[in-house]
Amino acid sequence: MASANDPFQFKEFEEAGSLLEANRDATTISIEDDDVRPQKQRKLGAMTPDDEEDNLANDDKTELLSGQKKNAPFWTFEYYQTFFDVETHHVKERIIGSMLPWPGKNFIHLYIRRNPDLYGPFWICTTLVFAIAISGNISNFLVHQGEPQFKYVPEFQKVTIAATAIYSYAWLVPLALWGFLLWRNNKIMNLVSYSFMEIVCAYGYSLAIYIPAVILWIIPYEALTWCSIVVALCLSGSVLALTFWPAVRDDHPRVVIAVMSAIIGLNVLLAVGSKAYFFSTPEPGTHDTNASTVRLSKTTPHT
Amino acid sequence: PVKQGRNRTKRRKRSKPFAGLSDVSISEDIPVEGDISVPVGSSRQDDEFSTLDEPVKDTILRDLKAVGNKFVHVLYPKRSSALLRDWDLWGPLLLCVALALMLQGGAADGAEDGGGPQFAEVFVIVWFGSIVITLNSKLLGGTISFFQSLCVLGYCIMPLTVAMLVCRLVLLGGSGTASFVVRLVVVSASFGWSTFASTAFLADSQPPNRKALVVYPVFLFYFVIGWMILTFSTSQ
Repeated sequence: MASANDPFQFKEFEEAGSLLEANRDATTISIEDDDVRPQKQRKLGAMTPDDEEDNLANDDKTELLSGQKKNAPFWTFEYYQTFFDVETHHVKERIIGSMLPWPGKNFIHLYIRRNPDLYGPFWICTTLVFAIAISGNISNFLVHQGEPQFKYVPEFQKVTIAATAIYSYAWLVPLALWGFLLWRNNKIMNLVSYSFMEIVCAYGYSLAIYIPAVILWIIPYEALTWCSIVVALCLSGSVLALTFWPAVRDDHPRVVIAVMSAIIGLNVLLAVGSKAYFFSTPEPGTHDTNASTVRLSKTTPHT
Repeated sequence: PVKQGRNRTKRRKRSKPFAGLSDVSISEDIPVEGDISVPVGSSRQDDEFSTLDEPVKDTILRDLKAVGNKFVHVLYPKRSSALLRDWDLWGPLLLCVALALMLQGGAADGAEDGGGPQFAEVFVIVWFGSIVITLNSKLLGGTISFFQSLCVLGYCIMPLTVAMLVCRLVLLGGSGTASFVVRLVVVSASFGWSTFASTAFLADSQPPNRKALVVYPVFLFYFVIGWMILTFSTSQ
């Protein structure tokens, strides 16, 4: 972007001139966007060498800012503000990208691209927590609807259980994975290394596919439920696998297999565990119908 | 008020720490006159001076009127700055306590897994949820202050509290499908109203390419509260 600008263009010359007045030693970059934040960053006077890996015009601003990120110490508000530097279309692109795995396209490299955000992971996890609790409640109600002994309860306490499970999956598993990758990086020189926030992003956005899946689970048809579980697992598991494959592929084969199966295994555990705990299956066989026929035979003569 | 200012200065000059200044020509020869406080407006000074002496009833009534005024602003949400300028947290507290009390007595006191939300859970969800949404909007670069945002989110729970009251009255008449449909309609309408009212106040403070990012958590917040109201059922 910087090389494409003609420094003697009339408009840019004014901006560069005013910046040079403030700080004589600064290298100046001119960007056509007039947001407040890039102007503030420009006045710090640093230039990043990350330009060459960017080809899309609308991400140039984030590329230039990425080298200046995290200047603030971690106990200030500004440090966390750098993790919310996304716009609506960025979040939309990331969510869609996490649902469509493509061999060869790495989610982190393609979408996150050194601008990890905390907005997506946090709000996707929160939405998923409430989606599971509410859908589980509705599905329980629909499954047990005809039974005379069934008393509807809102089961509000399940929200805390769902929250614990999902937040620990979305934050502790990336922590463990990051620590493990760091440890292996010391032994084996890897070209690909991810920061902790990028791994959190990958995990957070990969949970996005479960939100429509969980809503589909309300419909009490076993075939549909298991079908949607399998589809969701395939999509999110393959996104995670494709993302982390370049980071471990140079390693010892046993380590590679262990890591990949751990990633996919935990994903499967989360999906199946949620289904089993929060959603009751309609049992067409022994248990329920026996109880209801016993009740019916007590009240009315039933043959 | 001017006399007050003058008396204060003369008192200070006669106290001991300034004894050394008596050599300076300023102290006794030229009487110092005038108003030391910054002239913001004579009414402001009158208020600060007079609210200590007024009867307690006046203070409470004035605060109640301010709270009631904001309720009216939530009922007819136009883009006014009344909620933002003079924020207070009394209204949100009243609404939250009312909502949590009305959600008590829910079904199945003996169930271990079920049952409605406890008083503390409602409280935590409302206040913690508001704080998280406020932090979210500030981190995304919003220009609204922390307490202003808490104030707006809290006041916009009012339609949902009214819906809760209506639901309890409807449930007194029975809990069949007809009452469920009525409750569903009432809760959906008030949920839409709450979200619309709060975005009318909050949306202006956000940069335009992030509005949806800020509005979605508000939507989720009121949706969860609406869900708690809708699933409330009395044990019969």
